[in-house]
Amino acid sequence: MNAIPGAVAVNTFREAVRDRVLYNLIFFALLMIAASILVGQISIGIDRMVIVNLGLSAISLIGLVMAIFIGVSLVSKEIEKRTLYSLLARPIHRWQFLAGKYAGLLLTLIVNTAFMTVGLAGALFYVGRPFVRGDLTILIAIYFILLEFALVTAVALLFSCYSSPMLSTLFTVGVYITGVFAQDIRQAGDLSKDAAVEFITRAVYYLVPNFHNFNVIAAAAHGEAVGFGLVWQNTLYTAVYVVLVLLGATAVFSGRDLK
Amino acid sequence: MAAAIIEIEGLTKDYPSGFWRKRWKRSLDHLSLQVEEGEIFGFLGPNGAGKTTTLKLLMGLIFPTSGTARIRGRSIEDIAMHAEIGYLPEHPYFYDYLTARELLDYYARFSNYSTAERNARVETFLKRVGLSSAANVQLRKFSKGMLQRAGIAQAILHDPKVVFLDEPMSGLDPVGRREVRDIILALKQQGKTVFFSTHILSDAEMLCDRVGVLVDGKLHGVGSPREMVSVEMQSMEILFELLEGRALPPRIADQARQIGGRYRIAVPEQDVYVAIEQLRSCDARILSMTPVRPTLEDYFIRLVGRERAATHEEETVLR
Repeated sequence: MNAIPGAVAVNTFREAVRDRVLYNLIFFALLMIAASILVGQISIGIDRMVIVNLGLSAISLIGLVMAIFIGVSLVSKEIEKRTLYSLLARPIHRWQFLAGKYAGLLLTLIVNTAFMTVGLAGALFYVGRPFVRGDLTILIAIYFILLEFALVTAVALLFSCYSSPMLSTLFTVGVYITGVFAQDIRQAGDLSKDAAVEFITRAVYYLVPNFHNFNVIAAAAHGEAVGFGLVWQNTLYTAVYVVLVLLGATAVFSGRDLK
Repeated sequence: MAAAIIEIEGLTKDYPSGFWRKRWKRSLDHLSLQVEEGEIFGFLGPNGAGKTTTLKLLMGLIFPTSGTARIRGRSIEDIAMHAEIGYLPEHPYFYDYLTARELLDYYARFSNYSTAERNARVETFLKRVGLSSAANVQLRKFSKGMLQRAGIAQAILHDPKVVFLDEPMSGLDPVGRREVRDIILALKQQGKTVFFSTHILSDAEMLCDRVGVLVDGKLHGVGSPREMVSVEMQSMEILFELLEGRALPPRIADQARQIGGRYRIAVPEQDVYVAIEQLRSCDARILSMTPVRPTLEDYFIRLVGRERAATHEEETVLR
């Protein structure tokens, strides 16, 4: 690992920890404890489904909120507070700084998600359900959630390079929602039979990150298997998309005057 | 003459202004300047003169509209050049969740030191700027003076050949200013070149080998503080007291100002001996004689005043 992005990444992670970002884990732990107790009282048959559904949804939502709200201020906060000035006066390329900030937030999200995964496993253990082979889907679902975070963080970072945190939040949330419905938008365009509409909906489909294949929470809750082909497909898609977005962010940021 | 370590040629920066109809505002206007190795160079100018713009251009934080600059023979666009420079921004704000030791450790990681060397450097520079006892205190609890010292430590930690300081004394109390002055003088003793911007002229006069005065983005003269003010007429200030019952000669009495039981008089240099004779004639006791030289501040204020008057006149004619 390149030493400069590594140092920036560790500092970004340290900032998140010291700014008490990981306090959300307390909320998640309380949610899991409450769910485990309640589910045990309500029914016997569907306890696993409810806990997995609730746990994975909470992991996804908490992480997305973190990715968006921390991501949009990754660069703009450093410019606003002028902490970037003394840093870029050192032999540091701007792409190295961006790569470090991105890796730092991703590391924060991975650590956060790892703790929540342990919490979810604890809840499943509490309701007395033994771990079975089908639970592998839960881990795949968590991996896909992390891939979603990687995509959203890259988009947030791109907007953070040239826009205010408030506008960046709006743009990133907009891109995320469009990405969730990308498949539906394309299908709607295909059904319209209008060449222009079809062109626009297809352009949107290819431009925004397509989250359609990333949500396997329902499958995980029902203990259904997920093919490894999808794992590879999503991994490759995320890697290519993130690299392209980070290259775009570098192009924008490298020419920017830090007034 | 020593070799030029900073070479600036025709550096110009225009900023866009206006949302719909873009206009360009010139912040720096064809700045050409050379700074020699080992000197302390003061970059003077009122607020908004273009000092920070110049420093940001040299640091690669903003990009020039035209012109070039080289530091130690390398273009400012060459990222490797940055290994040889240190920079303290104006009103520095560092990661306030870090301690002073962590901050310096973070910056030291950009200079390829081994872990042992990095740790040793951090301790050395904490000591050099007098922050050893506060090494484990988070920066959010630091005073402005302590922050400034931490900022200087990060700027010199990697042993740069040229140190750029943007308003290093700004907002500091007299003790803090003195500490920063001592650090700058120590850097010169170590053979470093120091380029610092300031609008506190007494500091520049005290520290600088040469100064350059920037007004409204244009450079108005470069030279040693003494050269820049030597053309001005000099005078002598005489402090004296009178014996009881004695009166001052009329020529002296017209000019003398009484402060407490003493008198103070400023006389042109060529009239000094005449004034002394007159004071002797009335048995005045001379306490001190101090040469009054025009300060850099006098020169500066006149220059800024002249430049602004010229701009105002130009605008009136255009209207």
